[in-house]
Amino acid sequence: MNIAAACLFLACILGLAAEAAAADTSFARVERGRYLVTAGDCVACHTASGGKPFAGGRPIQTPFGTIFSANITPDRETGIGAWTDEEFYNALHSGVAPSGAHLYPAFPYPYFAKVTREDVQAIRAYLGTLDPVKSTPPPPDLAWPLGHRFLMSGWNGLFFDQGTFQPTAGKSDEWNRGAYLVQGLGHCGACHTPKNFAGGDETDQALQGGLVQGWFAPDITNAQRTGIGSWSADDLVEYLETGRNKHSGATGLMAEVVADSTSGLSKQDLHAIAVYLKGQEGRQAENTDPPPQKVMAAGKAIYSDSCSGCHQMNGKGVPGMFSPLAGSASAQSNDPTTLVRIVLQGTRTVPTDTRPTPATMPAYGWKLTDGQIAAVLTFVRNEWGNAAEPVEAGDVESVRRALRSSSRTAK
Amino acid sequence: MAKKLPAVDVALVGFGWTAAIVAEELTAAGLDVLALERGAWRDTPTDFAVTFAQDELRYMWRRSLFQEPARQTLTFRNSMDQTALPMRHLGSFLPATGVGGAGIHWNGQNWRFLPTDFVARSHNEARYGTLPESMTVQDWGVTYDELEPYYDKFEYLCGISGKAGNIKGRIQDGGNPFEGPRARDYPNPPLDMVYGPTLFAAAARETGHKPFPCPAANMSRAYTNPLGVTLAPCSYCGFCEKFGCGNYSKSSPQTTILPVLMRRNNFELRTQCEVLRVNCDSSGKRATSVTYIDTEGREFEQPAEMIFLCAFAQHNVHLLLLSGIGKPYDPKSGEGVVGRNYAYQIVSSVDVFFDDKIINPFVGAGGLGVGIDEYNGDNFDHGGLGFIGGGYLACWNTHGRPIELHPTPKGTPKWGSKWKEAVARNYLTTATISTHGAVMSYRTNYLDLDPTYRDAHGRPLLRLTFDFGDNEHRMSDYLTDRAAEIAKAMKPREIHAKKRNGHYSVVPYQTTHNTGGAAMGTDPRTSFVNRYLQSWDVPNLFVMGSSVFPQNAGYNPTGTIGALTYAAVDAVKNIYLKNPGPMVQA
Repeated sequence: MNIAAACLFLACILGLAAEAAAADTSFARVERGRYLVTAGDCVACHTASGGKPFAGGRPIQTPFGTIFSANITPDRETGIGAWTDEEFYNALHSGVAPSGAHLYPAFPYPYFAKVTREDVQAIRAYLGTLDPVKSTPPPPDLAWPLGHRFLMSGWNGLFFDQGTFQPTAGKSDEWNRGAYLVQGLGHCGACHTPKNFAGGDETDQALQGGLVQGWFAPDITNAQRTGIGSWSADDLVEYLETGRNKHSGATGLMAEVVADSTSGLSKQDLHAIAVYLKGQEGRQAENTDPPPQKVMAAGKAIYSDSCSGCHQMNGKGVPGMFSPLAGSASAQSNDPTTLVRIVLQGTRTVPTDTRPTPATMPAYGWKLTDGQIAAVLTFVRNEWGNAAEPVEAGDVESVRRALRSSSRTAK
Repeated sequence: MAKKLPAVDVALVGFGWTAAIVAEELTAAGLDVLALERGAWRDTPTDFAVTFAQDELRYMWRRSLFQEPARQTLTFRNSMDQTALPMRHLGSFLPATGVGGAGIHWNGQNWRFLPTDFVARSHNEARYGTLPESMTVQDWGVTYDELEPYYDKFEYLCGISGKAGNIKGRIQDGGNPFEGPRARDYPNPPLDMVYGPTLFAAAARETGHKPFPCPAANMSRAYTNPLGVTLAPCSYCGFCEKFGCGNYSKSSPQTTILPVLMRRNNFELRTQCEVLRVNCDSSGKRATSVTYIDTEGREFEQPAEMIFLCAFAQHNVHLLLLSGIGKPYDPKSGEGVVGRNYAYQIVSSVDVFFDDKIINPFVGAGGLGVGIDEYNGDNFDHGGLGFIGGGYLACWNTHGRPIELHPTPKGTPKWGSKWKEAVARNYLTTATISTHGAVMSYRTNYLDLDPTYRDAHGRPLLRLTFDFGDNEHRMSDYLTDRAAEIAKAMKPREIHAKKRNGHYSVVPYQTTHNTGGAAMGTDPRTSFVNRYLQSWDVPNLFVMGSSVFPQNAGYNPTGTIGALTYAAVDAVKNIYLKNPGPMVQA
C-alpha cells in the first residue's frame, strides 16, 4: 500500500465517521422525532391559545392551582436550546430541570419516563429544528405550600415509578407496542386514570376514567357497559384516526388529542393501542336500580322535544354525525360530569381531514333547568337497555357553578 | 385613496353557492383564492342552533338573513313611461346577505331545466313559427346534454333526495318522465311523503298525469358527499325557506363545502367587505382588481388574475354597470347587453279545503312534495294556446309556520272573529297546489342605473323595469286551471284558485328567482358572457349565477346555477388556465 492509497483509505474511514456523527440530525431521526412528538401530543400543552407552537404559556388547571407550560423551542434563554441532551433526557425521565428544580407532574414525566433513550434523543433532535421563540411562561399559581418545587421530590418518592418501559413476556409484539405508547408518550392515563388526593395515579384503577379540567375522561378499559367493551379494535382505530366512529365523536379535550396527535399516527400504531386497550379488563359496572317512573316520564318528554331530532327517538343517533346514546359508554359512565357539561354548554365534534363536518350540539344551559337536565340525562342513562345511576339536580347545579367560576378565572 | 393589497390568483365577489363551488374547485387546482363577502360569517352550530333556529319572528318577519333595504335596494317601475321608486321593504323577492347567501335560506327545491329550455328560441320557432318581435328569447349556447355531468355533480354534492324519471333515455316508473336523460339516479331516495301531496298524487294520476316526488335538497337519510362532508336526515320541522337549517339537513354551502374549503391554506375569506367596483386596465380588456370597502369605511384595492362575480343576480349586473364594463342595454335601440334579458317567474296557487282530512301542514320540509311536469316548457302542444313556456304544478308540504300560514276560503274577512274562526277551522285541513311558471325575456324588461336615487356609498341604485307579458298571463292562467281541475279531483269541500292577475307588483312575496341582465349566449351583441360564463369583452372576468339566464324556465333555478358553475369552472381549469384568453372566439 503506498502513501496515497493509505491517505484515501484514511479519508474514507474519517468520512464514514463524520457521517455517523451527522446521523443525529439526519432526516430519518428528525422525522422519527416529529412522529414521537405527535404521539406525545406535546404541542397541545406547550402552545398557548393564539401563541406560537411549542412556545409554552398555556394554563393547565389542576386541582391544586394553575400551572403554565414551558417553552420547548430551542431558544437558548427562555426555551430549551441551552440544555444538553442528557439534561433533556433527565427532564423527561426524572421530572428534574437542568437547574435542579423539580417539574410539576402536570408535565407527565411519570409517563415519559417509560420512553426509551433512543426515542428521547429523536424527540430532542426534532425540537432542535423548530424556530426558537423568546417567551417565558408566567409562574405557576398554586396553593401554599405547593409553590415550593422541592416538595415534589417527596411526591416523586410516593407516586413516581421511574424506569423505562419493559415489554411483558407472553404478550404479542403488537400488545407491547400499544402498551409502550399508552403508558409512555401517549400518557393516556394522565386523563383517563383516576387521581388520588395528591394528584397521583390510582394505579389499581388504571384507565378506568378520571376527572380532568372539568371533564370526565371516560373509562377506556374493555369494561362492557362503561368502557370500550362494545367497540371493536377497528372502531377504536377509526375513532383515533378520524375523530369519529359509529359509537361516538371526539369532543372536549379529546378533540385536541385527535386533531394534534392520534390522527397523525400510523394505522399500525393505532391498532397496537387498540389491541392493548381492548386487553385491559377494567371493572364491570354495578347493577343499579331503575329510576322512578315519574323521572323517566319527564325525561322522555324533554328528550322527545329537545334531543330526538338529532339523537332520534330510538337513541341510535346518526352514526358519524350525532352520537348514539343507546348502548353508549359515555351516556352510562359512572361519573356524569361530561354528560352534564355537554348539555349545559353544547359541544363540537372535532373536524378532521377524513371527517371534516364539525357536527355540533347546541347549548341547553340557558333553556333547561337543573331539574330538567337531570331528568333527561337520567332518562338517557336508563332507556334502550342503558343502566346507570340517576343524575340529580344538584349534580347539574355543581357543574354549572364550576363552569361559571372557571369562565371567570379564564378571563 | 384605496390601499393596494398583494395580488391573488382569484378574487370572488360574494360568497354564496357559486363562490363556494368556484373556491373549492380552484383551490383544489392549486390556485390562491380570496372571497369577499359583504355580510357576516355564519355557520350552522353558532348561527342556526336547533335551540333557536325556528324563530319565525326573527327570521321571517324581521328578515334576519336578508339584505337590508336601508343599506342596499333597487328602484322599480312596470314600464319605461313611469318613474321608478326605491323598494323600501323587501317583498316580491328576498336577496340574502352573509356567508352562504340565499343558499342558507332556500327551501331546497332543486330541479334540472328541460333540454328544450336551453334552445328556447330555435326549438319554439321550429315548432310554432316566429316568436313575437317584443320577445328577446334566445338559445343559451350550451345544451342540456353538455350540462348533464355538471347537474349530476351538483346533485351529488348536495345529496338531493328524489326519484329519477329518465336514466339514459329509459323512463323510470314513479319519476318525472319529462326530465332530460340523466346518467344515474339521485344520490338519496325521496323524502317520506305526507298526506296532502299523497292525495294530490292520487288525483293527478286519476286525471291522467304522472306525479312524482319532487327533488329536494332536504336529506331523506344521512349522506356523506364526495368531498367527505356529512349531512344528517331531515326532521321535517318545516323551517326551511327564510331560515337556516340547524340539523345539517338542508344543503347549503355551509353543510356541503365550507367544512372542507375553510381548512385549505390557499383559501381566504374576508367578510363584511363590500365590493364597490371592478377595475380594468386602460385597454378595458383586462380586469385588474376590485375595490372594496370594509365596515370602517376604509377602501382597499385587491388585484387578482381572475375575477368572478358571484353575488345575487341583480347585484352582479349592478356591479357591471357601475364598473362601466360591457355595453349597457338600451331598450330603444335594442343595442347593448348589460341589463338586457331580465326575467322573473310567475306563480299562482289553488287552496284545497277539506273537512275530513287532516293534512298537518307543520310536518314539513322545503322540498317535500309531489309534482307533475305535463305543462312545463314544451312538454305539451302549445298549438292554439297563444303562449310558449310553462311550469310545474306541485303540492308541497313545506311548512305550517303559525305566523305565516293562515289558509282561509274565498270571501273570508281579512281580520276579526270570522277570520279567526276560518283559520282555526282550516289550518290543519288545507292543502295547496302551486304553479311555478316561466317568464320570457322582452325588449322592455331590463335593468339599468337609476337616474335619481343613490345607495349608501353614493352610487346610483339599480333600476328594475319589469312587467308580466300576455304570454305569461295566458300561461299562468292555463296552469292555474289545470291545478284547479286536479284540486277538484281531490274531492275537497271547496277550492280557492288564486290566479296572478294584472301588473307585476314588487310588494307581495312571489319568488326570489330573478334572472338575466348578463345573459349567456353565442353572440356578443346579444349576450354578455359566452357558454363558459366568461365575459366576451374582458376574458379574465366571469359571471356566475342566474344573471346569465337569457330567460327564465318553469323551475327553481338553483340546480341549473350549480350545473353552470361547475361547467364554467371545469372550462377554466381545462382551457383557460392553460391558455388565458377568450375560450370562445366570437
